Amino acid sequence: MKKILFVEDEAALQKTLGEILKQEKYEVIPALDGEVGLRLAKDKKPDLILLDLVLPRVHGIEVLRKLKEDEETKEIPVIVLTNLGEIEDINRAVELGATTYLVKAQYTLEEVVGKIKKALGE
Amino acid sequence: MNLKNVFNQLNIISQCRKYRLSLWQCPQFLFLIMGIIIIGSTLLVYLIGADYVEEPELIALISLLVALILFIISVIITHSVENLAEANRMKSEFINIVSHQLRSPLSNLGWTIELLMSGRLGKIEKGQIEYFRILKENLGRMGELVFDLLTVSRLETATLPLKKEEVFLEDLINKLISEFQPFAKASNVEIEFKSQKDLPRVLTDPSQVSLVIENLLDNAIRYIKENGRVKVGLEKRARNLYFEIEDNGVGIPKEDQKYIFQKFFRSENILRYQTQGSGLGLYISKSIIGKLGGKIGFKSREKEGTTFYFTLPI
Repeated sequence: MKKILFVEDEAALQKTLGEILKQEKYEVIPALDGEVGLRLAKDKKPDLILLDLVLPRVHGIEVLRKLKEDEETKEIPVIVLTNLGEIEDINRAVELGATTYLVKAQYTLEEVVGKIKKALGE
Repeated sequence: MNLKNVFNQLNIISQCRKYRLSLWQCPQFLFLIMGIIIIGSTLLVYLIGADYVEEPELIALISLLVALILFIISVIITHSVENLAEANRMKSEFINIVSHQLRSPLSNLGWTIELLMSGRLGKIEKGQIEYFRILKENLGRMGELVFDLLTVSRLETATLPLKKEEVFLEDLINKLISEFQPFAKASNVEIEFKSQKDLPRVLTDPSQVSLVIENLLDNAIRYIKENGRVKVGLEKRARNLYFEIEDNGVGIPKEDQKYIFQKFFRSENILRYQTQGSGLGLYISKSIIGKLGGKIGFKSREKEGTTFYFTLPI
């Protein structure tokens, strides 16, 4: 079973997207802030990280930078999933090494699941 | 500008009231006072000068005093203009923050409804489906409104940068029309596109031009009552590409035509049977076309139809 680390502070999204991913037979590891997200990325070695940008404690961009600097986590694909749709945010995340950048409002749940599967090479 | 407008412009008190400013904070009023002081003091200096030519110190003193008063008034004017500009900036920023904040709960709701409707959490009853659809549709409308508000705020705060590239407008239009086909079919409208051959590319921002064409297509289809026909045309005129979209819809009443590009304006006749729409589409379109160096306009007759056009420099 592949592991997905879901770094997202909105409980509602943890529930909806988390539920669908469980139904699709993934192990979902929830993290409600950036700090926990970083720690779990090192401890659990997930196959994929779903990362929100506006996060308590450590901002998502900072989380992404640290993930990509760390030898242990830099190979894990990261999908940025956020509501910040400004071009600068997208460019920054892509420069730092995000695999895909998804603006929540523009995708349905099924489409997000499709992107996740693609990033996992399924 | 007719006589009434000229009179309104001259009515400084009502102008100041419009900005919700007291007279002593209102640039228009302060400029008037400054003008009166300049004229009055010039006359005064002349009169005194004519009588007391032997005492140039007195005249110099009066001139200095007048200059000081004028300086103080100009400082106040600059300050109140700054306040007005600041209020405008805060308004745009407010729209920006509100629409950003609205986006998260909207996408949460959207995904929750999608999950419920997918049947993944258990089958939903037949009688319930319709109500879920209503929820979904209204959520979609709210999402569009928030998107429009964000675009307006980005245009007004100049944070929607232009990303220009060489674009074949013909391809772009074909793509957008095919995206609108399902909506057109559902509304019983046929879309026809005619383009002049071998048109050159234009250096423009494709995503912003798409926003404009989407708005115009959406309006053309939406405001047709029956047997709809929308004709889209593209040709070269002088040093511009000329885009035109003609419909046989409800048209814009003559008295509403001058307001049609204003923010939040919605014409009387469409409100009667079509409540959807933010009143922002044409305002956004005009701002974008203006920024891209083109012109936008229309001709319309009520109950016969409307033709919108815009140009883009080649």
